[in-house]
Amino acid sequence: MIQQDSKTILEVRGLCASINGTPILKNLNFTVKSGEVHAIMGPNGSGKSTFSKVLAGHTAYEITAGSIQFDGRDLLALAPEERARAGVFLAFQYPIEIPGVANNQFLRLMYNTIQTQRGKEELDPLEFDDYVREKMKLLEMNPDFLDRSVNEGFSGGEKKRNEILQMALLEPRLAILDETDSGLDIDALRIVSNGVNHLANKDNGIVLVTHYQRMLNYIVPDFVHVMDQGRIIKTGGRELALELETRGYDWVHAEYQAAERAAA
Amino acid sequence: MNPGVITTGSSGATYIGNLLAAQPRLPDSPLAWLNDLRAAAVERVGELTVPTTRDEDWRFTDLTLLTQMSFHPAHEAASVRSADVEKFYITEATTRLVFVDGAYAPQFSVIAAEAAGMVSHLASAAAAAIEPHLGRHVEPGSNIFAALNTAFLRDAALIVIPRDRVIPAPVQLLFVATQKDSASYPRCLIVAESGSAVTVIEDYVSLQHEPYFTNSVTEVVLGEQAQVHHVRVQREGAQAFHIANCAVALARGSHYRSVSVALGARISRLDLTVLHDAPGAECAVDGLALITDRQLADTHSCIVHAQPHGVSRQLHKCIVGGSAHAVFNGKVMVRPGAQRINSDQSNRNLLLTGKAHIDTKPQLEIFADDVKCTHGATVGQLDSEEVFYLQSRGLSESAARSMLTYAFGAEIIERIPVRSLRHQLEQSVLAQTASPS
Repeated sequence: MIQQDSKTILEVRGLCASINGTPILKNLNFTVKSGEVHAIMGPNGSGKSTFSKVLAGHTAYEITAGSIQFDGRDLLALAPEERARAGVFLAFQYPIEIPGVANNQFLRLMYNTIQTQRGKEELDPLEFDDYVREKMKLLEMNPDFLDRSVNEGFSGGEKKRNEILQMALLEPRLAILDETDSGLDIDALRIVSNGVNHLANKDNGIVLVTHYQRMLNYIVPDFVHVMDQGRIIKTGGRELALELETRGYDWVHAEYQAAERAAA
Repeated sequence: MNPGVITTGSSGATYIGNLLAAQPRLPDSPLAWLNDLRAAAVERVGELTVPTTRDEDWRFTDLTLLTQMSFHPAHEAASVRSADVEKFYITEATTRLVFVDGAYAPQFSVIAAEAAGMVSHLASAAAAAIEPHLGRHVEPGSNIFAALNTAFLRDAALIVIPRDRVIPAPVQLLFVATQKDSASYPRCLIVAESGSAVTVIEDYVSLQHEPYFTNSVTEVVLGEQAQVHHVRVQREGAQAFHIANCAVALARGSHYRSVSVALGARISRLDLTVLHDAPGAECAVDGLALITDRQLADTHSCIVHAQPHGVSRQLHKCIVGGSAHAVFNGKVMVRPGAQRINSDQSNRNLLLTGKAHIDTKPQLEIFADDVKCTHGATVGQLDSEEVFYLQSRGLSESAARSMLTYAFGAEIIERIPVRSLRHQLEQSVLAQTASPS
């Protein structure tokens, strides 16, 4: 929700990033304030997923210009794990499988690492078990998933629920959900969306990166941005998502080019 | 290798000469057949040479370092503090035979009532049960290390389980090395008669860090429908040389499962041969080598399907750090007439550094037409996307790498049917993967 007294969580200015010398993000500007839900939409190859990974600190991308301020800190100076500890969370489009490591072991290690960094108490295995089971109810997850190896043999929907479970445990200040809706059937979409809605509050910010507006029926964004060729070319309210659903992206692209020409 | 030829002046010949010269003549055993067995092995040793990298089976494992050492036979009655040995005890193993530098150590050994009469050592054993088996399964004909072991055969760990009997708790055979520059020749014979079952942990440990030489031979014989779980843990000292030969013979419907873990030694080599000698036998042979620094760990396995309707499965993994070198040669042979064989072999390797090195060679030799055999090998490094995933959850890069490496090894360790040993090995893997390599 848009608030009067909100604080700026994320401020991206003139961001340019490339991979192996190929520019992907080109002069990207983007701001998230506390309590807001943003959707970033756009066609394949527009740079949405790159932007998500750059925010989380993926080292394959080279930042060639611009800045990212996170809660007033220079985010680009932080390693991925430091960003996680500072409160940045990325729900992966393709969560990795780790055969040989039990999910509960992994979740507890992750949770305790972050807790320690935040100067809070760690939970022992029994305490953590109670805590995580409570969070799993939110996502209607079967407790059996705790004993299985991390994401191994999970269906697409189960993996995405496991991602949102991690979000629930880490209580991030900024959550970026990269194509969390892809591969979800209608029930899983509803459950995952309910989970996210439950976790959204006046102090955090949520960025949904998606192709389709169907998730936005459940998680209602305050802002919808259209990304094209590595920059944001249009920003609107939730109605923009519906318009994109019916009209596609070409008209936004054409509109932007016309404006560019007019300015030139 | 050329039997009968000793190249005078070569380091290999000198080495064997020194070993033989240093070893006092063993006192005659009251068992005539054992004296004959040893005499034949001594003769064989004289005819063989230490393999070099020109021998196909030793292409990647250079024994020059070994042959440059001179080892003396371990002294008798080395004094060992019990606390030093106790830390290696496996709690679930209510029966335990301990050998210190190759000699039976009754003060550390215990035989539970449930294993009475079934677990013993050669010096005290009833000969009738072992004569048909001891020295009959590992072929010393072309294998100088097996021949040396038999030539110096003084005592042995013996497990002989009569028909339809079961030893419920695991049996630990613990071989402790304490003496610098010594050579010892551990020997194990496991005979599981028809319908019997046992879990055996063969465990090699060290109380010191100087060079020494362990040259072991293990023979495992399964009768019809017998079941043997065999765990082999090589956690020798960092400068040790460990050369082991293990031969397994399977009768009809028997089931052999083994997990071999190699952690220690400067140079280690395991030759494992499983012979499906009757129809309908099954084996599952898994292995993990976790090495770093300048270690070399070589596993040569050979699964022979000599009879139809057999099943074999093998997963061998190597985690190689530092400038270490792992070798895997896995042969599966299906002999003529051995139809309806189902065999699956996989070798997966993880290189942790740019200097780490693996040579792998899965080999299928099939002389029957109605079989299903698969094999494959992979060599890789930790996936940077996986490392990033864990970092994005707050783990440091080194913690992320450690967790992924641990997970790679855990798949094998989880197959060990002894909880406390699993836990010990998991700790070893974590300790090793946590240190920068």
